[in-house]
Amino acid sequence: MFYRENGQFKTSYQADQQIFPIAQDRVFVVLLLLVAFAGVPFFASDYMFRAILIPFVIMAMAALGVNILVGYCGQISLGSGAFMAVGAYGAYNFFARVPDMPLLPALLLGGLCATAFGILFGLPSLRVRGLYLAVATLAAQFFADWMFLRVKWFTLDTPSGSVSVSNLQIFGFPLDSDVSKYLFCLSLLVVIALLAKNLVRGAIGREWMAIRDMDVAAAVIGIRPMYAKLSAFAVSSFIIGVAGALWAFIYLGSWEPGAFSVDQSFRLLFMVIIGGLGSIMGGFLGAAFIIVLPIFLNQFLPMLAGLAGVEISTTVVSHTELMIFGALIVWFLIVEPHGLAKLWAIGKQKMRVWPFPY
Amino acid sequence: MAFFLETLLGGLMAGMLYSLVALGFVLIYKASGVFNFAQGAMVLFAALAMARFAEWLPQITGLSHPVLVNLIAFVLAGGVMFIVAWLIERLVLRRLVNQEGTTLLMATLGIAYFLEGLGQSIFGNDIYKIDIGMPKDPVMAFENVFPGGLLINQEDLIAALIAALLVALLSVFFQKTGTGRALRAVADDHQAAQSIGIPLNRIWVIVWCVAGVVALVAGMIWGSKLGVQFSLATVALRALPVVILGGLTSVPGAIIGGLIIGVGEKLSEVFLGPYVGGGIEIWFAYVLALLFLLVRPQGLFGEKIIDRV
Repeated sequence: MFYRENGQFKTSYQADQQIFPIAQDRVFVVLLLLVAFAGVPFFASDYMFRAILIPFVIMAMAALGVNILVGYCGQISLGSGAFMAVGAYGAYNFFARVPDMPLLPALLLGGLCATAFGILFGLPSLRVRGLYLAVATLAAQFFADWMFLRVKWFTLDTPSGSVSVSNLQIFGFPLDSDVSKYLFCLSLLVVIALLAKNLVRGAIGREWMAIRDMDVAAAVIGIRPMYAKLSAFAVSSFIIGVAGALWAFIYLGSWEPGAFSVDQSFRLLFMVIIGGLGSIMGGFLGAAFIIVLPIFLNQFLPMLAGLAGVEISTTVVSHTELMIFGALIVWFLIVEPHGLAKLWAIGKQKMRVWPFPY
Repeated sequence: MAFFLETLLGGLMAGMLYSLVALGFVLIYKASGVFNFAQGAMVLFAALAMARFAEWLPQITGLSHPVLVNLIAFVLAGGVMFIVAWLIERLVLRRLVNQEGTTLLMATLGIAYFLEGLGQSIFGNDIYKIDIGMPKDPVMAFENVFPGGLLINQEDLIAALIAALLVALLSVFFQKTGTGRALRAVADDHQAAQSIGIPLNRIWVIVWCVAGVVALVAGMIWGSKLGVQFSLATVALRALPVVILGGLTSVPGAIIGGLIIGVGEKLSEVFLGPYVGGGIEIWFAYVLALLFLLVRPQGLFGEKIIDRV
């Protein structure tokens, strides 16, 4: 009823080419941004910021990067955790070794390190694909795990192997409160999401999608597979790298290589698949789902047990959590294999044709 | 020379153990096109079941004969794996027919989480022992050939023998029995197999069962070596390079891939490791597999991938 494009006529080529061609979408996005930037900081508690909002914003960014590679270019990667790690340690090394290094360039340089790493480990994609590639990208994961654990140069020779950053500031403002951290991550996320959205609807994005759908056919019509695949690896690992640097700098503060283990890669892949492959929106929805679900289960299970009058220990809770998490993922894949973004699209379509759905 | 041979032998035996886990992957992938990430969780689950049954049996029934207890525990754990396989087919695979490979992969990851949680809530999360009476002492061999002889770990030797036996049994099962033939038909072409009256669902249950039993044997051997604990689930990650090296669709590939990876890992760790800080076993296996893939993208023995538009 409210969501339809009737009467919105495009009179210029530009108007036809804009990111959100429907006026209601534009209003919705502006409102969403307003709420996220101005509304949330007033309502959210410290716990909300630390446990949900900051991880969500950073993970949404990482999921965006994974989605470009997996969802748009069709190259399954299980090495996303490694790209995050390279971004984090790259940024850390620039931040700690270069005197007076500002935060933002350090983060971006960390992203560039991840880009180089991503292109290097993207090379096998020119030769192998599908599940073979998925396993091949695990090489990146285990290599990075080993590198940051054993090569002491990357961790500035700290004996414990754990590194930390402090005294973060951006343009003179200290990033010490949760609100400022949240706003900083959110601004970066908005910029990168805009960038990604524009990339995927431009020429390069179409090349990626052509490669995803059928790479031989794409090569036949004149798309260079090498350029398309490696550019997807480069862009995706840059975004994942920046997200990894943020995760380490802003969310963790001090971290060890274990923070970017293969579990992190799996989690990221879950996010894009549950959210919806090949959709920017999907990355956000998936990240929200995967971040909130464990917290929800963690709070909800003891409460439920309390109602039933059973006292359950924390190990039981964590095992049950694992079971429910696994079962929910399977259930989700069965009910909606195209992810939350598909549900969103179905909802929008229903609204468009309401009340005459034929 | 003797040291080199010792390392080589150690690698070959470790490789046999990897092949055992890799076999589970290959069986399921061949018959249903599912890349089963839950194989590691299945190994953990089966080993936990067996360890705890072997512990509970004497307490409940008063049996004390170790061989008998282990045998009954093995059969019971096999039964549990059958139920798991049946439930997976019934509740998950049947509903995901015709989905893409990635979706199925994610579903098996979900199953892996579920099994890890379930196994630990039913059977507990401590470190348990499986004692199937394997001799722990190393023996010397070929003392008259080399000065000092070769030090061979008996436990590894027996484990490798069990693995070889299992592989032989599986090949007989696949080549000579009616069910095995049906399994191969399904692996070749789902639709054609269905059209000549092979029940796909039952075949899938059987294949997951066989994979469950393979996981049980793998879990038993790994468990008696390392103790049954959560880290057993990560054995699957060690076996992945084996699978892609040998080819996802080839049983002999899993064996030979396992041997190559086992030897490569050990030799690299001993001769290359000291120069770069050690601990390179895990990623070296992957890089080795990757190098093979660059030459043969379908793995050593995999079916040739043909591109058609």
